Amino acid sequence: MLEIKNLHANINGKEILKGLDLVVRPGEIHAIMGPNGAGKSTLASVLTGNQAFEVTHGDITFYGKNLLELSPEDRSREGIFLSFQYPVEIPGVSMVNFLRAALNEHRKYKNLEPLSATDFLRVMREKKTLVEMDNKLANRAVNEGFSGGEKKRNEIFQMAMLEPRLAILDETDSGLDIDALRIVANGVNKLKSPDNASIVITHYQRLLDYIIPDFVHVLYDGRIVKSGGKELALELEERGYDWIKKEVEETV
Amino acid sequence: MSEVLLDQVTQADYKYGFTTDIETDIIPIGLSEDVVRLISAKKKEPEWMLEFRLKAYRHWLTMKIPTWAQLDIPDIDFQSIAYYAAPRKNAPQNLDEVDPELLKTFDKLGISMEEQKMLSGVAVDVVMDSISVKTTFKDSLAEMGIIFCSFSEAVEHHPDLVQKYMSSVVPVSDNFFATLNSAVFSDGSFVYIPKGIRCPMELSTYFRINAINTGQFERTLIIADEDSYVSYLEGCTAPMRDENQLHAAIVEIVALKNAEVKYSTVQNWYPGDKTGKGGVYNFVTKRGICKGDSSRISWTQVETGSAITWKYPSCILLGDNSSAEFYSVAVTNHHQQADTGTKMLHIGKNTTSHILSKGISAGFSQNSYRGLVRINPKADNARNFSQCDSLLLSDKCGAHTFPYMEVSNESAIVEHEATTSKINEDQIFYCNQRGISTEDAVGLIVNGYAKEVLNKLPMEFAVEAQKLLQITLEGSVG
Ligand SMILES: Nc1ncnc2c1ncn2[C@@H]1O[C@H](COP(=O)(O)OP(=O)(O)O)[C@@H](O)[C@H]1O
Ligand SMILES: [Mg+2]
Repeated sequence: MLEIKNLHANINGKEILKGLDLVVRPGEIHAIMGPNGAGKSTLASVLTGNQAFEVTHGDITFYGKNLLELSPEDRSREGIFLSFQYPVEIPGVSMVNFLRAALNEHRKYKNLEPLSATDFLRVMREKKTLVEMDNKLANRAVNEGFSGGEKKRNEIFQMAMLEPRLAILDETDSGLDIDALRIVANGVNKLKSPDNASIVITHYQRLLDYIIPDFVHVLYDGRIVKSGGKELALELEERGYDWIKKEVEETV
Repeated sequence: MSEVLLDQVTQADYKYGFTTDIETDIIPIGLSEDVVRLISAKKKEPEWMLEFRLKAYRHWLTMKIPTWAQLDIPDIDFQSIAYYAAPRKNAPQNLDEVDPELLKTFDKLGISMEEQKMLSGVAVDVVMDSISVKTTFKDSLAEMGIIFCSFSEAVEHHPDLVQKYMSSVVPVSDNFFATLNSAVFSDGSFVYIPKGIRCPMELSTYFRINAINTGQFERTLIIADEDSYVSYLEGCTAPMRDENQLHAAIVEIVALKNAEVKYSTVQNWYPGDKTGKGGVYNFVTKRGICKGDSSRISWTQVETGSAITWKYPSCILLGDNSSAEFYSVAVTNHHQQADTGTKMLHIGKNTTSHILSKGISAGFSQNSYRGLVRINPKADNARNFSQCDSLLLSDKCGAHTFPYMEVSNESAIVEHEATTSKINEDQIFYCNQRGISTEDAVGLIVNGYAKEVLNKLPMEFAVEAQKLLQITLEGSVG
């Protein structure tokens, strides 16, 4: 579904991604690990069309479409969802209004009628239960005054509402206690299907105890320098990233 | 979010830009004592009303247009304006008699009277140009002793009330525009709520400017007698027009002992085009007096229209334990200019006032909050809290805050908070990532920002106001 070829991207003239390749097929879960500043969030930003980043080389196709030509909102409507590392607060905008606007835009894109208020609220209730989202949170303004963990849970809730084909989870596990982590992972697993895929960006192997990846990639200095199965995550947990850095330097 | 992306946001035009083709009766342009007499004669006014107008006119001749506001006001040629226009046909008794053209206009505005009547229980007193065309619900209100009619009718049928209260809150010599209005005012609304009566429905007036080069000078007077309550809505949209149109209204509110008046406005006069051409000049004097003990007045306004807005709905807190509120959202886009705010004058003991102002500026517009809180020496234990926020949607617009405080009583507690922020690009991207376009995202974010004020509006107005905010800001962010 997703094919990234030789991707180079800049921010403020500084090259962050330096030739990244990745192929994701339906049903797969890919974990992307790597040290701080490697470019993991940058990859998520470029995939979702954040205009602060400039793509200088390479291609990204999503189900055959040139992703780089699509606006951020159309990428979302095509089924790409990002669980943000730092979800933003939108004061005064209720979760209901926000999600209703979002969901109806997705429906419009698929030539479906907007959901009625009752139907929308029913869907919202179902998904809240699915991801064990607190009623209180769903009735508040978007992320306003939410704790770090609540924000992350809200991201998963929004993911459940929008049912993406490709979900990118950027450090969704950071700042979560073990219970919240389990709930988030449960949510992700319940939403898993043979038709959709996930890219799970994480620092820690911990999340991968709950979300079992098909592939683990190491992102370092703007490139994927090593790929493997789930055992690679365990190895990284044990040995850190220094040996990878050394390997990379040796090959250069 | 890049400039380019923001520039891509559709350029929308003023949606209410149309003129109704109704025969109008216009007197020649220009202003003189003869014109004042002619207006009064056309309206078949009593002698005392003519005297009132002439006194105002003579005083106006000695006055100069005020220059203290943060506004760039073009020279206005008061001799090139027609001071009276009225639909020619006689005022209709029911909807069937209303000019079909006029009904079509209301349909375009989404305020068909049938719907208004059935759905919201609103009594609509429509002011088309200068003359009251239609008053509904008058009879059912009359049974409760409530008077809701055009100002002209009040002059004819309730001269005692009019003479007692007209200009008791805004004196004839108050300011240049108020004095002009006092000389040439065309029509407006009159409300009297008797003792102990809660008005069971929102009273509502729609204003439109509809004749070329016609100044619009409404005058509204609301009197809430002891222990009464009324909520009044004023909303307007004006058709597109090239010439600038002058609008100088007066609204006076009198709240007697333990009475409460809520006055809500959605102002959407034609703001001019994207280059700053055309648009309404809106110079309004609105003032209420909490005359009796424990009386309450609240002003809520959503200002999205007009090329120039000069407007300070104010309260005189005369009665002990009286309270006043001012809630405002003022949006300016393109080349609009707004200088708006309030005055809270504390005279009675234990009086409280609350000010919440949300300014939103986009394009090349200028948006100022100007407020005065004055605590008189005898106003023991007065309290005021003011919150003035500004949101900027472009680098080329301006937001200004001029809060004045004059505190002459040591027991007063006066607090002021102000913030200025720029629309947050991360918020817009977050919305984009969920499938919401930048334009809709701006609408959501701005409505969220203004929510505290919008929540003060009656339901049917709140929805309209939310749409207006978004429409006003279309094609503006960057
Ligand atoms: N807005 C920005 N402005 C300048 N540099 C940035 C910005 N965002 C990220 N960077 C830089 O890009 C590099 C990669 O960051 P990021 O993709 O967030 O890394 P990761 O998510 O792997 O920790 C870092 O060196 C970071 O400092
Ligand atoms: Mg990151």
